[in-house]
Amino acid sequence: MSELTEIRWHGRGGQGTVTAAKLFAQSAMAGGKFVQAFPEFGPERTGAPVRAYNRISEKKLTIHCGVTNPHIVVVVDPTLVGTTDFTEGTDEKAVFLVNTKDDPKTVREKIKLKGAKIYTVDATKISLETIGKPIPNTAMLGAIAKVSGIVDIKRVLEDVKEDFEKKFPEKITQKNLEAVKRAYEEVKGE
Amino acid sequence: MGKLVALTGNIALATAMRQINPDVCAAYPITPSTQVIEQFSEYVADGLVDTELIAAESEHSAMSACIGAAAAGGRVMTATSSQGLAYMWEMLYIAAGMRFPVILACVNRALSAPINIHGDHSDSMGARDSGWIQIYAENAQEAYDNLIQAVRIGEQMDVRLPVMCCMDGFTTSHAIDTLELLDDKTVRDFIGEYKATHPLLDVEHPVTYGALDLQDYFMEHKRAQAEAMKNSRKVIVDIAKEYKKISGRGSIYFEEYYMDDAEVVMVIMNSAAGTVKTVIDAMRARGEKVGLLKPRIFRPFPYNELADALSNVKAVAIMDRADSVGAEGGPLFMEFKSALYGRKNQPMMINKIYGLGGRDLMLNDIEEIYKELREIKNTGKIKALSEYITVRGEEAAYGKA
Repeated sequence: MSELTEIRWHGRGGQGTVTAAKLFAQSAMAGGKFVQAFPEFGPERTGAPVRAYNRISEKKLTIHCGVTNPHIVVVVDPTLVGTTDFTEGTDEKAVFLVNTKDDPKTVREKIKLKGAKIYTVDATKISLETIGKPIPNTAMLGAIAKVSGIVDIKRVLEDVKEDFEKKFPEKITQKNLEAVKRAYEEVKGE
Repeated sequence: MGKLVALTGNIALATAMRQINPDVCAAYPITPSTQVIEQFSEYVADGLVDTELIAAESEHSAMSACIGAAAAGGRVMTATSSQGLAYMWEMLYIAAGMRFPVILACVNRALSAPINIHGDHSDSMGARDSGWIQIYAENAQEAYDNLIQAVRIGEQMDVRLPVMCCMDGFTTSHAIDTLELLDDKTVRDFIGEYKATHPLLDVEHPVTYGALDLQDYFMEHKRAQAEAMKNSRKVIVDIAKEYKKISGRGSIYFEEYYMDDAEVVMVIMNSAAGTVKTVIDAMRARGEKVGLLKPRIFRPFPYNELADALSNVKAVAIMDRADSVGAEGGPLFMEFKSALYGRKNQPMMINKIYGLGGRDLMLNDIEEIYKELREIKNTGKIKALSEYITVRGEEAAYGKA
């Protein structure tokens, strides 16, 4: 990994996008990195497009302005493909991770993207089959662990377990851990 | 080495409050400081602190309750932002005038109108004459460290003044940042037991607070308050040094970043100072002699030390995240002009008003200012003394160049 990785998350209010960015930062920190996680600060409404950001660095982070040129873009909601320009500010080296039932090639055609790398995972399906609800955030954590190479999947599983145990019953925690594992296995590249 | 954690600025403050374990916390939550009290109320509910939490019906009442609790003899804390601080206004002066070391976490936010929930320094800058000590923080780490030190500073017997600890709304309050926490015992040993002076609850020694004070003694009491603020200068130094021993962290009145040989310098407070450091790192790598001076203590204003720090600098941009409308520049600019007046080696100075209502200050904006300073250094000419930057509309500088 390069010295600093900037990530932009696109989701919809209520899908746990901000929580995912937060958990990802915690896992990266547990792995010895310096981290930041912050939402796009605005009124949050269920269903409205939201953005969240991460900075993961080998060195202490002092920068506090917004992320405008992300290295990795994570699209948590499939309906944002074709309706939001989530490629804004990215270059040909960017990595896209999209929650969709389509394969990377189809996404590339839909958004007419040249260069960069696209990965896809059907996180909504995974979350429905494991958690029983279309909340794809934990599945996306498993997928980004695979795609980014910044954090170890074991750390992600530990952090999700620790975070969920505080708020939810054991059964829900286990289902979320299952979602993380499955997405890690099922993410597809080009 | 303490424990490394990833927390938002607000949760870092709530954690410091849990470790401080005040006797009373009276508050009326407001964005973006809401989570401080929200999280702290969980600590109260979980029995992790002994604090009596008072959910007041307004900020005016919250500060009134803080004053009452402090008069009774308690160690008292609260948190607020923006309109909340504005609504506390008259009580801020009373807390200071009655010499109660109340601690207030101010999560900086713009003042209405137009309504805006994002970070700028209009709220705390407006309270700069209220008699409170003011400490500013770049990030969650400094906000945490400052709050712990504030307890000791305010409670020192020859100070006994309230302390306002400021950090930027959202940029610091809502962003997860990496920071190091001290363990609970270290914090509790550092702050020590609270010693109340003339508490109302000491019924064996009855006292009166809030008595009428007219032409005969009012001025002596105000002078005593001013002396207490002067005394705080030394206390701030001592406490910062002592805190550094237990934490390994912290500056005193201000932080200097590459100031040793800096020719052009930016003076900027809070979160944007961190972004300036990132720009400096890149410019220094190209051999450019740029520096940063980041004020930490705004009240008492360390005018001598700041003027000394700028004595070898050629050109300085004072960055204000608040305006004093009708004055020739923002509040920080006015302080620096006054601090440098009569000095032999005055740098050339300009003022920029930036970031109002949360507008972001990006890397290239900062680099442009350093370029302008370089031009001023080379030509000796200032184009605009004070102006708004990163703003729409025609060039609107004011002040004679």
